[in-house]
Amino acid sequence: MIRFDEVSFTYTDAARPTLHRVTLEIPEGELCVVVGETGTGKSTLLRAINGLVPHFSGGVLAGTVTVDGRTTKDNRPRDLADVVGFVGQNPLASFVTETVEDELAYTMENLGVPADAMRRRVEDAVDLLGLQDLRDRSLRALSGGQQQRVAIGAVLTASPRLLVLDEPTSALDPAAAEEVLGTLARLVHDLGLTVVMAEHRLERVVPFADRIVLVPGAGAPLVDGSPEVIMRTSSVAPPLVELGRLVAWDPLPLSVRDARRVATPLRERLAPMTPPVRRAVSTVTTVVARTRKLSVSYGRVVALDGVDLSFRPGEVLVLMGRNGSGKSTLLTMLSGARRPTRGTVRVDERDPRSFRPAELIRRVGLVPQDPGLLLYGESVEAECRTSDKVSALEGGSTARTLERILPGLPGDRHPRDLSEGQRLALALAIVLAPAPALLLLDEPTRGLDYPSKDRLVEVLRELAEDGHAVVLATHDVELAARVGDRAVVLADGQIIADGPARQVVCHSLVFAPQVAKVLAPEEWLTIDEVRHALNGAVPV
Amino acid sequence: MNRAAAPRHRSLHPVAWWLWASGLAICAMRTNNPFLLALIGAVACFVVSVCRSSAPWSRSIAFFLRIGVIVIVIRVVIEILFGQRGVPGHVLFTLPHVPLPSWAEAVSIGGGVTSESILNAFVAGLQIAVILLCFGAANSLASPYRLLRSLPAVLYETGVAVTVALAFTPELVLSIGVVRQARRQRGIPIRGVRGLRGVAVPVLESALDRSLQLATSMDARGYGRRISVGPGSRRLASGATTAGLLLVAVGLYGVIDSGSLFGLGLPIMAVAAVLCGTGLALGGRRSARSRYRPDPWRRPEWVVAGSGVAALAALSVAHGLNVAGLTVSFSPLAFPNIPLLPIVGILVAVVPALVAPRPMSPAAGQGVGDPAAVEPGTPVDGGRPASSEPDLSGARA
Repeated sequence: MIRFDEVSFTYTDAARPTLHRVTLEIPEGELCVVVGETGTGKSTLLRAINGLVPHFSGGVLAGTVTVDGRTTKDNRPRDLADVVGFVGQNPLASFVTETVEDELAYTMENLGVPADAMRRRVEDAVDLLGLQDLRDRSLRALSGGQQQRVAIGAVLTASPRLLVLDEPTSALDPAAAEEVLGTLARLVHDLGLTVVMAEHRLERVVPFADRIVLVPGAGAPLVDGSPEVIMRTSSVAPPLVELGRLVAWDPLPLSVRDARRVATPLRERLAPMTPPVRRAVSTVTTVVARTRKLSVSYGRVVALDGVDLSFRPGEVLVLMGRNGSGKSTLLTMLSGARRPTRGTVRVDERDPRSFRPAELIRRVGLVPQDPGLLLYGESVEAECRTSDKVSALEGGSTARTLERILPGLPGDRHPRDLSEGQRLALALAIVLAPAPALLLLDEPTRGLDYPSKDRLVEVLRELAEDGHAVVLATHDVELAARVGDRAVVLADGQIIADGPARQVVCHSLVFAPQVAKVLAPEEWLTIDEVRHALNGAVPV
Repeated sequence: MNRAAAPRHRSLHPVAWWLWASGLAICAMRTNNPFLLALIGAVACFVVSVCRSSAPWSRSIAFFLRIGVIVIVIRVVIEILFGQRGVPGHVLFTLPHVPLPSWAEAVSIGGGVTSESILNAFVAGLQIAVILLCFGAANSLASPYRLLRSLPAVLYETGVAVTVALAFTPELVLSIGVVRQARRQRGIPIRGVRGLRGVAVPVLESALDRSLQLATSMDARGYGRRISVGPGSRRLASGATTAGLLLVAVGLYGVIDSGSLFGLGLPIMAVAAVLCGTGLALGGRRSARSRYRPDPWRRPEWVVAGSGVAALAALSVAHGLNVAGLTVSFSPLAFPNIPLLPIVGILVAVVPALVAPRPMSPAAGQGVGDPAAVEPGTPVDGGRPASSEPDLSGARA
């Protein structure tokens, strides 16, 4: 279906090629997952499939990419639109029309499909993807999962043989991500489509994959093969696989179901041990911030409904819930950007809205979903200097904070040229330099690879030990399991669970991490906990 | 699922609304009788208030109304300050006169202000305001997206650019809010020139990012696919379009100013329309596009467009008969005639309020199979010919 033959690609002005002599063949009817760390060329590889690289990106491509017998050299992306359906990372930015039904028909209109066939295929896509209730809705009024489903439907109506998706679940909550991945798996199984997708959160996709392509980066050759083979040695692996490697399960289980079948001995071994106790901060009586009966409505939409929460120093609170459950609103309210509809918010016993900007940054630090929003300087150094100045800190404070979070970031780099992880580190340093007692992070893991996430976990733990109150809104259950002391789950603006992270997360169907699912009813959260317990019990 | 039971809610063809509004607007261009103008404005506002949907653009009439009031005020203020002096009339008050050097004699500042001059200025302002209001009405009633969808194939790509711009504007406003909040979070002032730069740079950068993503997606989805046609057909297309557009310019002049071109305005316009149509159709052959569920043109569309044309026709006939009261002057001060025929004509333009199908509100719009949305007696999805080419349903079987 897809053949890469000695393909090398170099972006204009780049010193090294992004793809180097890639040879790869993906047969028809496979679900193929492309994995690798940030910046190794996963997106480039995907875009080369339908010719966006090099037709759209510029740069020099050597070798040939053949899709369904057509080369991208002779066919532009628009000419391949009837064979390859391409879905980008941000569905909202890829929508051309206004309503769901028009969007579903858009590709077909471009291809000149006759009106009656068009009508029939739209109806099929509506049935296949469960869009019945959405067909007349405005695309901008849909939730993230719905938007992603419409984006898939919009390329599917052109009846392509191949779907290419670039991180289709990165912005979705766990349930919505399952829904999208389930849909894709169904398309592969029922329609025989070939699907190629890039994904950071392997724990979600590995069970569905027929083939994994590992992009190691730095010009090293691609590794591809079945998930069982690749996962045995891969540098990026989901917790389930790490658990399997730790206890040397063979064959390596790839789904929770497979793991549970072989995990009985492990569960018995762990049963007498108790998981380490995360710091019990509920005994701390001081409170950094508090909300009382906090309600917020946007027009007729209720975002928060009677939320009572207090935030204590030294505690990492993970805030979970589906898209649109009020997580971001809660963070916004704590930073004093809006007036509550009802109820109160108190930071340092004062209304956060009454702080002047210079006072506010010493109390509340908010890292927004897109950390790039905080950055507009010409270089990393300039950002640090601005930050020192507005916070009236002594020169170099922000740079020192940055050095602690992420050592060795070149100071002359433009913030836009940084990777997601580096940008997050810079934004964190800027927010942390004035030492706010309350640190708020809104979905910081979007686009972060495993090493960057490890670093983030360390930093957050250090901050909590220094006595910061950390609030982390996230969809990433594995991250929440690793870093959270306390977990709060929101649904429709109300708190539906609030307690120690271990209990809240383990007792949830949606938010339980893989390790907990395998070892239930024992309440183990992370691979490190299990490793320590096993090493302590049976010295290796 | 019974597919016939899921009709898309019916909204009137946008071109019908534009024809209706253009008829009224041209009426307003051809009379300066304040009573007729006020009637045109009232008709436009009434139809909008009855027929508009709850879409965001349907509130744009209020914006046009405000602009109209501003136009009238500016026109009157300018008349008071710089109006021509020396015309006989009833002096209301006298402003201090500012003597100007001889080379600027044409302009005068201050002096006696007559009630005649103010009335004339008011009526001139009212005329512009009512014309604006007619376009505002069309804007409020016709979805800009659906209007762009009914563009001829050859103009389609321009149409997409406009659609994208329309969709991005509200998002730009949203992202300004987000960035301003992030600024505040950094303790950086959000006012003043430096604050503006701090907001503008991230907003523009993200807008640029998004447009690149959109362009990628459009390219990957077949936007801009072409069929090769001979150079002769291409030349014919551009020739016909150019000639047609030139004739439109000439004909428009004749339609607006009935005195010129020996009344040939409308015939010239008709020839121009045919030429333009030919050009667009020939040009459209290059694109392979097909159209998904185009807006139908049925009886209500004919009636709505016809009512606008009827109003214009009545006014033109009145012009031809030299009915008094179409063009009025307030020097000397006199109560204008109120001509009957144009009034009847303009009142015909209220008909859309009775015949146009009511758009559903978006909240109710998801109600599948709402009987109110289907025009009785029209097959919703009748008689689809079977096609042998493979598609999803084939693949699923």
